[in-house]
Amino acid sequence: MKYALFLGCTVPTRGLNYELSTRKVCDKLGIELVDIEEFSCCGFPVRSTSNEAGFVMAMRNLALAEKQNLDIITLCSACAETLVEANHLAKNDPEFRNEMNGKLKSLGLKYNGNVEVKHFARMLHQDYGLDKIRAKITTPLDGITVSTHYGCHYLKPSEIYDHYDDPENPHSLDELIEVTGAKAVPYSDWQMCCGGSILGVKEETSLKMAKKKLDSVSSKDTGALVLICPFCSVMYEGNQKKIEREFETEYKLPILYYPMFLGLALGLDPKDDLGFKLSRIKAKNLLARLENR
Amino acid sequence: MIEVNKLDPKFRYEVMRERGGEKISHCFTCGTCTASCPVNEVDEAFNPRKIIRMIVLGMKDNVLNSDFMWLCAGCSSCQERCPQGVSITDIMMALKNIAVRNGITHPAFQVQASEIYKFGRLYEVGDLNDRREKLELPRIPEKPEPIRKIYELIGIDKLVESEEINQE
Ligand code: SF4
Ligand code: SF4
Repeated sequence: MKYALFLGCTVPTRGLNYELSTRKVCDKLGIELVDIEEFSCCGFPVRSTSNEAGFVMAMRNLALAEKQNLDIITLCSACAETLVEANHLAKNDPEFRNEMNGKLKSLGLKYNGNVEVKHFARMLHQDYGLDKIRAKITTPLDGITVSTHYGCHYLKPSEIYDHYDDPENPHSLDELIEVTGAKAVPYSDWQMCCGGSILGVKEETSLKMAKKKLDSVSSKDTGALVLICPFCSVMYEGNQKKIEREFETEYKLPILYYPMFLGLALGLDPKDDLGFKLSRIKAKNLLARLENR
Repeated sequence: MIEVNKLDPKFRYEVMRERGGEKISHCFTCGTCTASCPVNEVDEAFNPRKIIRMIVLGMKDNVLNSDFMWLCAGCSSCQERCPQGVSITDIMMALKNIAVRNGITHPAFQVQASEIYKFGRLYEVGDLNDRREKLELPRIPEKPEPIRKIYELIGIDKLVESEEINQE
């Protein structure tokens, strides 16, 4: 298996542990990742200013992968949504494709609709498959409990994702947790959005959104919140201390990117391979529990 | 209060011409969107059903000069559940685009668009490349030229070049 790794803007600058653990995990699983230097921002942050400009940027990225005959995996869920949506339109709406290609022409590019785009987690779940992951596990995480945060753009709009996972009752990420032997603990406010995209618009509202989920997860016996999007991590990890301060509460809830967690089960080193030392809220208890078994 | 002389009955059509805006007239004001909205859950001032209603009524100035659409987190919860198939998330995006065309930009988004114009990405990589190297991660090149070209093609380069932020 071979994919172009689409990093986007946030992962390679603010989510180094996400990127590092993804590369190491893929190495272990025998998934080859190709870096395409010309990839830019996916286009998502520009869409609020100009949807059209955002889509041209997305199409440019798709065209670059097509040139190298590669499918794309993304780590950021907003990148996934933007690239998948542009791809969905390019494949199903000839008018859109022609219009976009008209713009790409002056960049010397053309997109013909031959690339598949998937979020890394979906690729693992759907294409690599749980059975193959299970076969690679050397350190089963039995006795470990964590909770999952799917985030919004990984699941929705479900139409562009061919309804792969049900936004009202998703299971892919929980299954990816449980394949390691760990238990995924449910909690009530699981559908809450992290609020990341309005942090710069109205901080108070955004932090309240993140707080709702932190409250809900923390009421359970769970060792960490496992997620798959750098924006969500900015809210739950990057802003956790601030929320604790402003709302006079305490969580100390470790936030892990999924490949950091999976990597533990694959026998990778938390410090050197999986970037645990870059975490702001150390997953001390979880790691101690693993060591003392 | 609705001031009738300020209404713009064509506003709805302006929204309908945008991608995803087509079905706005199908809304029967059931409120499912608002009940599903995570922003509304913590901040009642933000109410998608009300915004859809205001568009249909033609309250263009009120909508474009409010904070409303900038507060949408783009989560698509509403859109997934709308019984009438109204693409509410897309409509919020369309409103932002229309506002920008009318000279109204939220500073947060203006900054994002400008950074991407400058660096080709949302954040300057700069010194971070040294940190990346220490972790044995590949260096990230900063090549904004193709992105600048796209901005010029679409005509939004003028927006980022004026350092002035339009919103009072
Ligand atoms: S859910 Fe759909 S039909 Fe109901 S109020 Fe919202 S936009 Fe209108
Ligand atoms: S997309 Fe926007 S309006 Fe719709 S539920 Fe999410 S935050 Fe609310």
